[in-house]
Amino acid sequence: MMQTIDMATTPLRDLNALLQSQAEGNNQIQFSIENPKGSHAVAVGLDAPIEVTVNGSTGYYLAGMNKQATVRVTGHTGPGVAENMMSGTVIIEGDASQYAGATGHGGLLVIKGNASSRCGISMKGIDIVVHGNIGHMSAFMAQKGNLVVLGDAGDALGDSLYEARLFVRGSVKSLGADCIEKEMRPEHIEILKDLLERSGADASPEQFKRYGSARKLYNFNIDHAGEY
Amino acid sequence: MEKTPNTVPRQSWTFSNEVNAEIRRAAATGIYDIRGGGAKRRVPHFDDLLFLGASMSRYPLEGYREKCETSVKLGTRFAKKPIELKIPITIAGMSFGALSGPAKEALGRGATLAGTSTTTGDGGMTPEERGHSEMLVYQYLPSRYGMNPDDLRRADAIEIVVGQGAKPGGGGMLLGQKITERVAGMRDLPVGIDQRSACRHPDWTGPDDLEIKILELREITGWEKPIYLKIGGARPYYDTALAVKAGADVVVLDGMQGGTAATQDVFIEHVGQPTLACIRPAVKALQDLGMHREVQLVVSGGIRNGADVAKALALGADAVSIGTAALVALGDNDPRWEEEYQKLGTTTGAYDDWHEGRDPAGITTQDPELAARLDPVKAGQRLRNYLSVMTLECQTIARACGKSHVHNLEPEDLCALTIEASAMAGVPLAGTNWIPGQGGF
Repeated sequence: MMQTIDMATTPLRDLNALLQSQAEGNNQIQFSIENPKGSHAVAVGLDAPIEVTVNGSTGYYLAGMNKQATVRVTGHTGPGVAENMMSGTVIIEGDASQYAGATGHGGLLVIKGNASSRCGISMKGIDIVVHGNIGHMSAFMAQKGNLVVLGDAGDALGDSLYEARLFVRGSVKSLGADCIEKEMRPEHIEILKDLLERSGADASPEQFKRYGSARKLYNFNIDHAGEY
Repeated sequence: MEKTPNTVPRQSWTFSNEVNAEIRRAAATGIYDIRGGGAKRRVPHFDDLLFLGASMSRYPLEGYREKCETSVKLGTRFAKKPIELKIPITIAGMSFGALSGPAKEALGRGATLAGTSTTTGDGGMTPEERGHSEMLVYQYLPSRYGMNPDDLRRADAIEIVVGQGAKPGGGGMLLGQKITERVAGMRDLPVGIDQRSACRHPDWTGPDDLEIKILELREITGWEKPIYLKIGGARPYYDTALAVKAGADVVVLDGMQGGTAATQDVFIEHVGQPTLACIRPAVKALQDLGMHREVQLVVSGGIRNGADVAKALALGADAVSIGTAALVALGDNDPRWEEEYQKLGTTTGAYDDWHEGRDPAGITTQDPELAARLDPVKAGQRLRNYLSVMTLECQTIARACGKSHVHNLEPEDLCALTIEASAMAGVPLAGTNWIPGQGGF
């Protein structure tokens, strides 16, 4: 049975405390949140395999530091959605603002609309699938994980990239420092196929190009100073 | 024939031997000098202030007999569980990675024995550090290396790092030679690469965003933990005011003498303000907002003894934080390693290549053999002793000024030895009632 929480009458603290108090094995696993009206820090710090649906749009840091939970937003979401996510799934039916999935360590973030600038900044193992386009400086200093973009990528994609894998189906306006196009090998096709399936994306892995680090900036070299 | 006197060889003050040596080094290598520590140049400091003490118009307290309290509570503004320290001296944030495991353990042991807190650094929280620190402040840094909600909840307080005194506006770099498998694993990066720590947070920009970030962190941790905000000594009045506006419980203010694990020498020596110059503007910001003592101020950068502690408190700080001094107490730059310092081209007291990981004292290294030189139990005891001495010194001065709590020390208890220190600290030049910049000439 679904429990409904109305943010028009329930303070944010009470909402988050209720969701954070859920433990694995509880009977109550489905929650519906009404009237979020752009509230910040909704459903943050969750740590149980519960399913939370937010009916509407949210502000900053929806599902921040999420573990295990599945959080779905029917509208749009503000900056820093699923920031530092550890595990679980976050699905945004609309668009996401800046820093989507920033520093995420694990789990899956699906954005069915577009994501703004710095999507996947400093990501550390999270998988992000954006059905639309992403803005400039996405995957800046991205360390681990996969960023999949079905649309186009803005300027300076993957600037100062470490070991994250970037897959883009559309155009890339420009690549950032030390980011290069790389060969799409069978293992990458497999990774991509799995992520596309899990995120409900209608696309073929073969349509994508892979980008990764040239690894020239991994150790300081004075001759590369001009590349920054 | 009478000999004409020669001109005496004259060295240039502008182009000194030291300056020329650096020019030659730069010309030979093509790279700027990177080092650890804080500013080494002489800047106006606590040594330029004196306490007046009690006499006819002030009533002193009896040493060893009358009480002089030293406890301090940090995080009273919003946190459900403020931190309660026995002494007004905390251990500053230093990372596992920059420091060895035994060094971090020693800091935790020493701080715990003294009744104070220690702080994590870039790279996350280690179980050893948590285990040996009764009160542990968890740093929330731009890199977010090792950041996770479980450690956030395990912490006793959270310190959002916006900047540090050694390099306000700068990030960090942990060079590849210190990136062992464990350090790399904690930071989700390959072994052996240079690890860049970002200079800005990845998911907020400016104080309005920060207010929401603080809300998120409080929501994740149930509003229990005090949230500190660490700033470098750049624009202390406005930075402190904005920290209060953003919702911080505690402001940690780090002057240019505050150390770093590694950054460019030019950055350390030429960016930021001396600690002494930062305190009064920060206190004024708190006072202007009606938040002095409500939002606590922790000052760091060049604190070395109980007199420095007392002076910082008299200028309005609630507590101080030490980093470099704590490392020296553990054994950093100890003369017993002089022979090895010489082999590294340096000498006791001047060793600052902490980023290279070859520290003979086994503190700023990840080399297992070097790290094993530091006994964390003995080193922890040394730190505890040092903290006790600083506290006793601070109490001695406070009693001499007639104060029953070290927080009762005030600017009125001080005078300055130089015009510069007088202007910065806002206390009269010794022997006068003149404070430059206040009340005209």
